[in-house]
Amino acid sequence: MEAMLQPVADLFGAAWPAVWTLVKIVAIIAPLMICVAYLTLAERKVIGFMQVRIGPNRVGPWGLLQPIADGVKLLFKEIIVPSGANKGLFILGPILAIAPSLAAWAVVPFDDGLVLADVNAGLLFLLAITSMEVYGVIVAGWASNSKYPFLGSMRAAAQMVSYEVSMGFALICVLLISSSLNLTDIVMSQNDGRFADMGLGVLSWNWIPLFPMFVVYVISGIAETNRAPFDVVEGEAEVVAGHMVEYSGMTFALFFLAEYANMILVSILTSILFLGGWLSPVGFLPDGFHWLALKTAFILLLFLWARATFPRFRYDHIMRLGWKVFIPVTLVWLFVVTVWMMSPLSIWS
Amino acid sequence: MEFKTFVFYFLAVIMVLAALRVITARNPVHAALFLVLTFFNAGGIWLLLQAEFLAITLVMVYVGAVMVLFLFVVMMLDINLDRLREGFWSYLPVGALVGILMLVEMVMVLGGSYFGLEAMPAPPAAADTYSNTRELGRVLYTDYVYPFELASLVLLVAMVAAVALTLRKRKGLKYIQPSEQVAVKREGRVELVKMQAEKED
Repeated sequence: MEAMLQPVADLFGAAWPAVWTLVKIVAIIAPLMICVAYLTLAERKVIGFMQVRIGPNRVGPWGLLQPIADGVKLLFKEIIVPSGANKGLFILGPILAIAPSLAAWAVVPFDDGLVLADVNAGLLFLLAITSMEVYGVIVAGWASNSKYPFLGSMRAAAQMVSYEVSMGFALICVLLISSSLNLTDIVMSQNDGRFADMGLGVLSWNWIPLFPMFVVYVISGIAETNRAPFDVVEGEAEVVAGHMVEYSGMTFALFFLAEYANMILVSILTSILFLGGWLSPVGFLPDGFHWLALKTAFILLLFLWARATFPRFRYDHIMRLGWKVFIPVTLVWLFVVTVWMMSPLSIWS
Repeated sequence: MEFKTFVFYFLAVIMVLAALRVITARNPVHAALFLVLTFFNAGGIWLLLQAEFLAITLVMVYVGAVMVLFLFVVMMLDINLDRLREGFWSYLPVGALVGILMLVEMVMVLGGSYFGLEAMPAPPAAADTYSNTRELGRVLYTDYVYPFELASLVLLVAMVAAVALTLRKRKGLKYIQPSEQVAVKREGRVELVKMQAEKED
């Protein structure tokens, strides 16, 4: 690969590292955007089947061109800036929403060694970047200068800060037992142990010893991305569409893209942290990216499944779940894991 | 110019400009957002110094949590610029005095011989396996464990004090207790009664 690219590298000279990194970024973002587009179609189809409907089936065979039609429609719609809005921040809001949800992908490994930035503190970087996602929502809500967006953004700020705490504790448990902040190392640490040696890798992944954390992480992930049943931020019965009320066309589409990119990010992180990433569940099948894709698709299905199943939570119930249920559970399990690691029964030595 | 130097000046210029805008911006929300930008660039500069743990923690704690709550409060304010500027001249002497004092102190410290390159040579280059996070964690929980625990205790006391200062119990409030609502069983609310059909005769 290196040798093949050498002539191209010579052509660009000193700028080659920057050019090559840009190429890699495009190689991650472009498929991601296609995944986002087809996730919207999958969502409508899956929920349609669950409700015994057909779902979109008019544009292209089986409705497969529907996301492209939606994208083109949104591109050509007019962007309306309300006259009372704070214009600069109104435009900045959607940008602040999508930037962190794309930046986080820099440290996500897709296979052994297949990662844009193999940094030591990858998990910390993810925590920091995902904690910035809330800015898009609050800036948009405030800049719209309208009641419902503001109420929605206040809800978002409180909800996302609350669920970040339990998510952080779940991550601390993971980094405790893998004793690394590097995502590739975290995946590889799930590859040893008695069951992995027997060829049953699925039993040595983190989801069994950290099962409560796994559940907390998935549910907090749903709350963190403001998806149903935790979507009070944009609950149409109460605050119309939350922070997105005043947005139209491409500015609205950016919020939409950010939400779905975040869903995929949370799913791929759950697969990496708890479900062994690209590792094969059984010894006789080879490891590879396809396993990561399968696991991510499964977690994404959980997101859609939850949306089709549960009614929307009331706001105080969401806060109670975050602070009074998840945080005590994570604290107790953190304690259990530390004691377990120090005891002679430790399975991580 | 080396690439690293370029990055440093890039971050530093944005940081200084953003910090200036924090105190010159008229709208408090804009000022808070510029402060976020300042923190972010400070984190970038720390990353250049290979202090990745501190840099990421700065972004995580200040940008991700503290400033969100700050914005939360500032956005709720009723911004009246005239009222805000009312006390400007009366506060100016005090503010100027504090500013000048800080400037003098900084010049004394930074201009003295303690911060020269002779007194503080650059640390030797770290090995490839060196992990800033691991080293910091090790030192924090071994050599400095008592000061660390003390600091956390001080923070806990501050938290309890803040809650205690603002906690007001009013009588006659009709609270909703979600935990009680969640614990409700069907038997507590619905009673099925069997009765004969009534007939007109």
